[in-house]
Amino acid sequence: MFPDGNYGLGSDEISTGTSIMAVEFDQGVVIAADSRTTSGPYIANRVTDKLTPIHDHIYCCRSGSAADTQAIADIVAANVELDGVQMGGLPLVKKAAEIFRGYCYSYRDSLSAGIIVAGWDPKEGGQVFTIPLGGMLVRQPFSIGGSGSTYIYGHVDATFKKNMSREDCVKFCSNSLALAMNRDGSSGGVIRIAIIDKNGVERRALLGEEIPRFYEG
Amino acid sequence: MSSIGTGYDLSAAQFSPDGRVFQVEYALKAVENSSTAVGIKCKDGIVLAVEKLISSKLHEKDSNQRICNIDSHIGMAVAGLLTDAREVVDIARSEAANYRAQYSAPVPLKYLVERVASYVHAYTLYAAVRPFGASVLLASFVDDKPELYMVDPSGVALGYNGCAIGKARQGAKTEIEKLKLGELTCEEALKEAAKVIYVVHDEVKDKSFQLQMSWVGTNSKGRHQRVPEELVESAEAYAKQSMEESDSDDE
Repeated sequence: MFPDGNYGLGSDEISTGTSIMAVEFDQGVVIAADSRTTSGPYIANRVTDKLTPIHDHIYCCRSGSAADTQAIADIVAANVELDGVQMGGLPLVKKAAEIFRGYCYSYRDSLSAGIIVAGWDPKEGGQVFTIPLGGMLVRQPFSIGGSGSTYIYGHVDATFKKNMSREDCVKFCSNSLALAMNRDGSSGGVIRIAIIDKNGVERRALLGEEIPRFYEG
Repeated sequence: MSSIGTGYDLSAAQFSPDGRVFQVEYALKAVENSSTAVGIKCKDGIVLAVEKLISSKLHEKDSNQRICNIDSHIGMAVAGLLTDAREVVDIARSEAANYRAQYSAPVPLKYLVERVASYVHAYTLYAAVRPFGASVLLASFVDDKPELYMVDPSGVALGYNGCAIGKARQGAKTEIEKLKLGELTCEEALKEAAKVIYVVHDEVKDKSFQLQMSWVGTNSKGRHQRVPEELVESAEAYAKQSMEESDSDDE
């Protein structure tokens, strides 16, 4: 039932078990991720940064195999850099997402990568694109991913509203991920947040006491 | 007046002692033997016009188009050896289609021009092939921005506000320079482009010709298309009238 054959406890290959999400708002996007990297039951890194820059205003949230997603992100970042230089301007988020999808689909049988591409460009503003396991690409107003996301589908569907403000989006992400991290064994640590708009990227981290708390029994 | 290469013009892989690649220069000459094509950039689009010489009354009227669609938003007008030009058209179409397949978006003209220019340039490097004997004009109108480029057989690609290629390009350029390009609309430019073609057409050496026109801009909603028949006819009428007026001035 679980592709890794380990009953959802995580494979022995290093994996970013993960809870990730991204939300579009009026002027940009908010992206967030947990910070746990597991190798089987062992937490290889409890302070991972799963929010990876692709370009100045484009980031991706990585879930699945750490090796696969890092390798793809590096190649895509190189391609996007070249595109930015060739076209003389900020690269389009959609282009970065399409390049990601190209690799994820072509090598779908060899890869284990679930990626959310999010960023801001002058043409379309804030955009979130999700690329789940098989290499599908779709733009969404918000997207959740990773093993922890399964526990919060109800919560996000009930809580999401259109036209939220920047800080509302940050709250939406931090609350959702806190809930996911509490239920998913492969997610945990700190909540890393990045807010991307026309001015660039603002990074935040919610540590320990700052992480929202809900029913704990 | 022709300069003789004498030994340094046998292949594109050679420079001459004074730093010229004669094969490329000869290719440029081939373009000069072809009839004229012009492109005019307007406020709201681009107009392309070609003087299509008719060598036989038996030819089907609209066959052998000198203006082609590369993608729905990009048009190309050609001059020179038409079979060489055909290859350039196919390459451009292929590049545009591949871009769409990969990035799910229409190819930006700037990017396409670089790809086409690199391709044409590649044929100027080796002894095994000869350069393309064709120049092309490329036009698009995306996000309210008109763009016009010309790629010549050497692989040079430059952006233009107005451009002419083919045998009467010097005369055509002079006529185009008289226009207030920044202020013209496409509708006005149709008439002016037709006039340019009629003015530079050589009545003595080349008998009959057909005026082919296309445009891409607000009027065509960003799609590159042939100009509707009625507008071509009215542009031609304007052109013929201007010729008569200037003829009568030359009493």
